[in-house]
Amino acid sequence: MRTLMIASALALGAALASQAFAADTIKLRDVAELSGGGATVGTNFKNGADLAVEEINAKGGILGHKIDLTHADTQSVPGIARAQVQKALDEKPYVLLGPGYSGSVKVVASLAAKAEIPEIIGGEAAELTQMGNPYLFRTSFGQQSTMPKVARYIHDDLKAKTVAVIWVNNDFGKGGRDTILKEFAKLGVKVVADQSTEAGQADFAADVAKMKEAKPDAAFIYLNEEESARILKEIKKQGLKLPLIGETTLVGQKVIDLAGDAAEGAMGHVGLTTDAPVPAIQKFRDAFKAKYNYVPDHNGIKGYLAIYVIKAVTEKMGKIDSKLFAKTLHGMTIKAADEPGILMDVTYDEHGDIDRQGFLVEVKNGKQVVKQILPKLGK
Amino acid sequence: MANLLNLLISGLATGAIYALVAIGFTLLWQTSQTINFAQGEFVMMPAFFILAALHAGVPFWLSIIFGVLISLLLLGLVFKKALVDPMLKHGVLPIAIATMALSIGMKESVKEFFTAEAEPFPSLIPAGNVNIFGVEVSLQSIGVLVLAIVAVTALNLLLNRTSVGHQMQAAAQNPTVARIIGVPVERMILYTFLINAGLVALASVLITPIYLAKFSSGEVLGLAAFIAAIVGGFNQVRGAIVGGLLLGVIDNLGAAYISTQYRGAIPLFLLIVVILFRPQGLLGRAEERTV
Repeated sequence: MRTLMIASALALGAALASQAFAADTIKLRDVAELSGGGATVGTNFKNGADLAVEEINAKGGILGHKIDLTHADTQSVPGIARAQVQKALDEKPYVLLGPGYSGSVKVVASLAAKAEIPEIIGGEAAELTQMGNPYLFRTSFGQQSTMPKVARYIHDDLKAKTVAVIWVNNDFGKGGRDTILKEFAKLGVKVVADQSTEAGQADFAADVAKMKEAKPDAAFIYLNEEESARILKEIKKQGLKLPLIGETTLVGQKVIDLAGDAAEGAMGHVGLTTDAPVPAIQKFRDAFKAKYNYVPDHNGIKGYLAIYVIKAVTEKMGKIDSKLFAKTLHGMTIKAADEPGILMDVTYDEHGDIDRQGFLVEVKNGKQVVKQILPKLGK
Repeated sequence: MANLLNLLISGLATGAIYALVAIGFTLLWQTSQTINFAQGEFVMMPAFFILAALHAGVPFWLSIIFGVLISLLLLGLVFKKALVDPMLKHGVLPIAIATMALSIGMKESVKEFFTAEAEPFPSLIPAGNVNIFGVEVSLQSIGVLVLAIVAVTALNLLLNRTSVGHQMQAAAQNPTVARIIGVPVERMILYTFLINAGLVALASVLITPIYLAKFSSGEVLGLAAFIAAIVGGFNQVRGAIVGGLLLGVIDNLGAAYISTQYRGAIPLFLLIVVILFRPQGLLGRAEERTV
């Protein structure tokens, strides 16, 4: 009898202790593409987030609470992402992180919203934040923030009067094309060629010939990485010389590797890059490289930022409250001067979209070179 | 006008590659009633053999030779001995299904053991333009066209001017009689498999710098070559050539002057029209063989 009493007292004590521990930490759950086709996306995001958690915990955590962050693998499959998110939500985290794939975000967003837990995502498709979900927040630009900047650059800096728009016929491409066409109309830039291409298309000879005939001052190319490489090669092959502008998908390192010297001179708007001439980003890059022994891509920065957004919002509220978190972040501006971990000033709007400065990069000698900093739209 | 010439030449260049692949289709059909639904993947594989050698630090020229030899061995000899010979006794359909399975197996192995992403592939022909009658034409397109013409001419000389060629034709036209007059029919059939492997390896070296090396790049090519072979005439080498060139040109002109959205439908439309009005193909003759 006595041993039983002691045993139960011990068990009770242990239970109380673990509860006390749980109350002391801030529970965050990340659901990311750790294997499968999106492995680089999810692994970078995870490493960036882990780095931020380590930094914050070393300084005593948020409001005196240490962060407890774990990661689950979606295998880059939306169905598995949904199961993992459900599992993560059952643990009642303070904030949910990920996934990185827009398709996965689309199927899990409603789960987090129903549980009233904020979700900080890596996905970039325009429609994600247009579904009226008050718990969804981005870490990078959606197309509606990118396209005005690109259109403005083509009009103001390249002084182009006419432009060709080449896009890939899927959700991503069509979303970008529709958004930039509106911007061109506002600025009075004439679209002389509006050409759709197929995802996975191999032969771009006819598309480039058609574009050549329209004689545009500049071309806006909005395709996925592989097709971007193929069209760049075809443009070089047909000897077409004009400014080529796109997004991350036109000037990413993968495209440069595939297209070789055909990528030289291509320009693109990039939201986050470790090559940015921003001291805070350089510092992040060095810390990341020291810990993981490689230079992260933009997904690494996204993971890092997600944690610092949580820190800034929580410190502003002065308490840990998931519902209030979502309300507070809408319309909030986080300044790098106040929270260095945010790297660059950022403003969240009522949809969970962000406004931040971006970068215009050009491919030079097989590398992205930042040519110009594109200011925040709201300025 | 300049544009039209450019489109024509790049269409002919793509068409020439379709033709090379389509010739393989017709050769295998004529000698052994093999419809190879893995023909597209046969074009994709040599590029990866070459890349594997390149990644191991072998110079480009040597890698190409290595790639061609491995292709002859695996896509020619092993394909015939290990898959076609045991399946052929069961008829045309089982072999068609077996080659479909082979195509899936090849794609998945490249994905598993090499990469699922596209890889750059060096070009034999330098980039640049040449001036023809005042029109800038891509050197690469012309190079592809010239190399394909050389290959087809050599094949024609082999088939029509040499003793081996005559024996191969005899074996294809009437294997029983050929056997009686002492033609080693089995060996002739093996030759056609080796020729097919050589043709797809050449097509691979020519097309991959443009299309990039990717596990799925054979799908489009295989279908295009199949359509080209049917449109031209499945039982004629020159039919495959005409079908391939026609398809390449129509695809390019259609995309430029009709619609880029529906470019994928144009070759299929051509296929339907040919099957409706000239089922034996443009240059084909009505099938004489009883199978």
